[in-house]
Amino acid sequence: MTQAPRGRWTTAVALLLLAGVYVRALAFTPTEIAQGPAQKIFYLHVPAAWSAMLSMALVGLGGILFLFLKDERYDRFAAASAEVGTVFSLVMLTTGPLWAKPIWGTWWTWDARLTLTLMMFFLFIGYQLLRGAVADPGLRARYSAVVGICGLVLLPFIHLSVYLFRTLHPRPIVLKPSAPSLPPEMLITLLVSFAVFTLLYIGFVVQRYAIGESR
Amino acid sequence: MSDLLRHAWLVARKDLQVEVRSRTAFTLALVFTALVLVVFEYGRDPTAVPTLDLAPSILWVTFSFAAVLALNRAFQAELENDALEGLLLAPISRHSLFWGKLAANLAFVALVQVIGLVLFVLFFNVPVWRVLGPLGATMALASLGFIAVGTLFSAMVVRTRFAELMLPVLLLPFLLPPLIAAVTITTQLLGGRPLSEVGGWLRLLAAYDLTFVTLATLLFPATVTE
Repeated sequence: MTQAPRGRWTTAVALLLLAGVYVRALAFTPTEIAQGPAQKIFYLHVPAAWSAMLSMALVGLGGILFLFLKDERYDRFAAASAEVGTVFSLVMLTTGPLWAKPIWGTWWTWDARLTLTLMMFFLFIGYQLLRGAVADPGLRARYSAVVGICGLVLLPFIHLSVYLFRTLHPRPIVLKPSAPSLPPEMLITLLVSFAVFTLLYIGFVVQRYAIGESR
Repeated sequence: MSDLLRHAWLVARKDLQVEVRSRTAFTLALVFTALVLVVFEYGRDPTAVPTLDLAPSILWVTFSFAAVLALNRAFQAELENDALEGLLLAPISRHSLFWGKLAANLAFVALVQVIGLVLFVLFFNVPVWRVLGPLGATMALASLGFIAVGTLFSAMVVRTRFAELMLPVLLLPFLLPPLIAAVTITTQLLGGRPLSEVGGWLRLLAAYDLTFVTLATLLFPATVTE
């Protein structure tokens, strides 16, 4: 099997599993007492954020590998990852305000993680605009590697500076020193959703990579 | 090492010499800075917002815009008559070339900032003289890392389409950490707070500078080597 059908199959399986996540989240996971049904978006929002950050990390890593090994496959991979990351960022940036309006009472707030993810979205967009504006493939690969690496290094600084400035986001509930403060049913739904979103990321990237290869 | 610095100095001196002789970019940046300050004066209701509350924002937004516009200039000049080819053929390392460009940009931006600060005091009557030392240090710390990334990116975007718009779009996310730190520090300083209260922010700026000057130095060869 070549790249493209492999990617299509992975995506199809992931989408099917995503439907399963919806069913499990809506019908078989208890509703949170304080937030009510609005909390269900959590199972979509957080995994989408995870996939977006994974994309960004791999765009940066792809850039480093390209600059060291001069193998254009890494560049094609980074480009695919950036495009997929843009989509996941958009999912995250859409589901976030939908949840925030009823719970926080505002669509948007300049909290550390919100600012971080918005900037990540802009970095993805800038990365792709740059790719579109350079005609020479060799030049394009080197330029995008540089921007990808710088973007990856920038994100911790943005997080730290906005975090020192002010923050309102829910505290970490899964990845924290003590045990996760989430009931087991909710945790399982979340973890399954994480796995499905990762699979979705792989499916999308493999397909997009195949398109890049055929060009 | 001494060769590296000597070559960097030669590149910087060349850039500054061109600047001193033509003065076009400098005049443009200065007039632009003055005009942004005027825009700020009329972009607010002076009876509703006290000048001192808005002063750090006015100062830093003006500096940011001026810096981003000034950065486009650094490699634009090298495109004419393929001057960049000549520079790359010269027996100097790529790192010297980058540091020279960075030093020239820093000198350029620093001069615009100093005159911008004078105009700011003149127009808005903000008493900065008491805190001139710490404010100057903040300006230097907040500019170094950002100008390093800007120099790196400007070497790339001059060879793309829409260079004038591409640079701000790529660069402004990188402005965020130094901007937040600089505005916070400036607010504290103008409010008469001691510098010791903003130690964390100064360390953040120093870490940012160190990281991005190093990273930009390492990545620069990838942007010019054929």
